[in-house]
Formats: sequence, C-alpha cells, structure tokens
Amino acid sequence: MSDIKLVDTPPPGVEGSGFFATSLDKVIGLARANSLWPLPFATSCCGIEFMATMGANYDIARFGAERPSFSPRQADMLLVMGTIAKKMGPVLRQVYVQMAEPRWVIAVGACASSGGIFDTYSVLQGIDEVIPVDVYVPGCPPRPEAILDGIMQLQEIVKSEKLNRRNSPEYKALLEKYGINTNDKVR
Amino acid sequence: MTKLDNSLVVSRLKERFEESIHEPIEPHGLLTLQTDKENIIAVLEFLKKDEELQFSYLTDITAVHYPEQELPFAVVYHLHNLVQNLRIRIKVYLGGKQPSIPSATVLWNGANWMERETYDFFGIQFKGHPDLRRILNVDDMEAFPLRKEHPLEDPNRVDKKDAFFGR
Repeated sequence: MSDIKLVDTPPPGVEGSGFFATSLDKVIGLARANSLWPLPFATSCCGIEFMATMGANYDIARFGAERPSFSPRQADMLLVMGTIAKKMGPVLRQVYVQMAEPRWVIAVGACASSGGIFDTYSVLQGIDEVIPVDVYVPGCPPRPEAILDGIMQLQEIVKSEKLNRRNSPEYKALLEKYGINTNDKVR
Repeated sequence: MTKLDNSLVVSRLKERFEESIHEPIEPHGLLTLQTDKENIIAVLEFLKKDEELQFSYLTDITAVHYPEQELPFAVVYHLHNLVQNLRIRIKVYLGGKQPSIPSATVLWNGANWMERETYDFFGIQFKGHPDLRRILNVDDMEAFPLRKEHPLEDPNRVDKKDAFFGR
C-alpha cells in the first residue's frame, strides 16, 4: 500500500501482547525529541530559509516543532540564524540564560557557526564564543532540507540524552566555562 | 535670488575668511576645500546662516585616516543647500595621538550622533560635545577600529589558520 515507514525502531524494551516496557529515560527522551519547541533567533538570510522551513512545503511541524515560541521561557531549541555582531552577543546570551532546562542550541548557517564571510572585528566568530552549541548546520544560507536535517540530528541527541545529564558535573563545567551560573534558580 | 555656483561660494568664503580657506578643488563637480580647527565652526556657521549661501543641511560628518601624512586625520563635513541643491565638502586635517576639534553640535543637533560615530571609529575628540561616547561598537572596546593600525580581521577566527591550508 505505502512504503512510508512510520517509526524507525522502537526503543529497546520488553514487548508482549498489550504492553511494552522500557526505561523512563527513553520514554522521556522520545517525548522530548518529538516536541522540540523552537525559538527562532533570526538576524539575516538564514532566517528567511527558516521561514520557508516553517511553511507548508517543508513543514517543521512534522517533527513536533509545531509552535515557534518567541518566548525563551517556553522554548526547548534555540535556533540562531544569521550574523551575530559582538554587540548582539550579550543579548543572545541573555536569551539562552532565560531558557528553561532542558535546552538545546542549533547554529544555522556559516555566520552563526563560524562568523562566515564576516571575518572582522565587529562580528562574533561563531556563537559558540558565548553559548554552548549542540548542532551546527553548514551552508550560506542552508536550504530548508539542511535545517530539517540539523533538527533531526538534534532529535537523535535528545533521544539518547541521560535524564540527569543536566545535573552532571560535566554539564555544569561546560556552562561555567561560558560564565553561566548553574546554581541560580531564579533567573 | 542669485544662482549659486562653486566659484561664487569660494569667493564669498575667501572674502570672509581670507587665508583660512585654502585648496579649493572640484572633484566630480563637488566643491571641496580645507580650513583649520580654529576656524571650522565659524566657517560652518557662515555657510549655514548666510542669507545667500544657505547651506542649512548637515549631510554628514566623518573622518579619514592617512597614516603616512604629517597630519594624519581628516575630519570631513558635507553640507547641502536645499534651496538651490548645491553641495559642499569641507576638510580639516588634524594631528597628534588624540586629535581634537570643536563640536558642531552648537550649529546642528544632528551633529551629535555623527560626531559620536566619528569618535567611535577614529577617536577624534569633539570638544564641547554633550555626550561623546561610543555609538556603534561594543562599549568596552578600547581601540578605534577604522584607524589603519587596527587589524580588520578578528583574532579569534580559527578556520583561516595557515595550517589548515598547508601553508
């Protein structure tokens, strides 16, 4: 009838008639990966490509990202699209700090990933100078397919992430490296 | 109303300021002349308020850095006569580590941001400016980035290191 495969492989677990048992980690990972609410932080042409990605042709909603957030408080996935000038750096960092855990970051396009063609004193040479990045999408600007691929890569990361990773010393050390306070509960 | 042209403007200025106005040239038909920082405000005021000249609109203030010259900084003023659609450019050459010139904010409020921008990029001190601080670059920047000695490229860039290209 149709050769479309709906689910690749279920997470490893015990299956029987009428039940399926697996670990809480994997269930929550599956839920998180398929409802990543995006926060678009668009400053230039990559943002236009993201608009196409949100539109009906490419339809980011197929991946659970139905609702672009526009409030950092209710977003899971920060998409940084475009050239970030050094003066914008603290603003971007503030947006990241305002996001609730768990939070992930995708750097879309050459500028957000490395500064792109703007190798100059006024432009941040990649947003990873101010915030940690999970997935980098190459391209100048990347096509919507590439942005979707980046989101699918992120979904793989989210699925396999340990629930207590956010309390791990490695994660805290990573944030400390960026000067982001992990103990401050009220932001 | 007499039709203004470049030669008439030069003769009016020469009549009023004599030797303080020098080297009038007309690249692409745009009258360009030089004066000095002692006279610049008086010259601008004369151009703005004289009933015949009427250069009432300040188009831009900017600067140029010529590191090999004895006076390495040129502050450039562009004025526009909106009645007769005539433009003029006035240059003042400055020297020293901290070049300074009187502020034109006494004549045009619009000079405020133009002078802040010129200070931001070239470090020109505009004496009498009400709020001379950076406007476009990050506040904690120490250099004046459009001076020629300032490197254009960002030192944090890693993917242009020679090693990646076998150099």
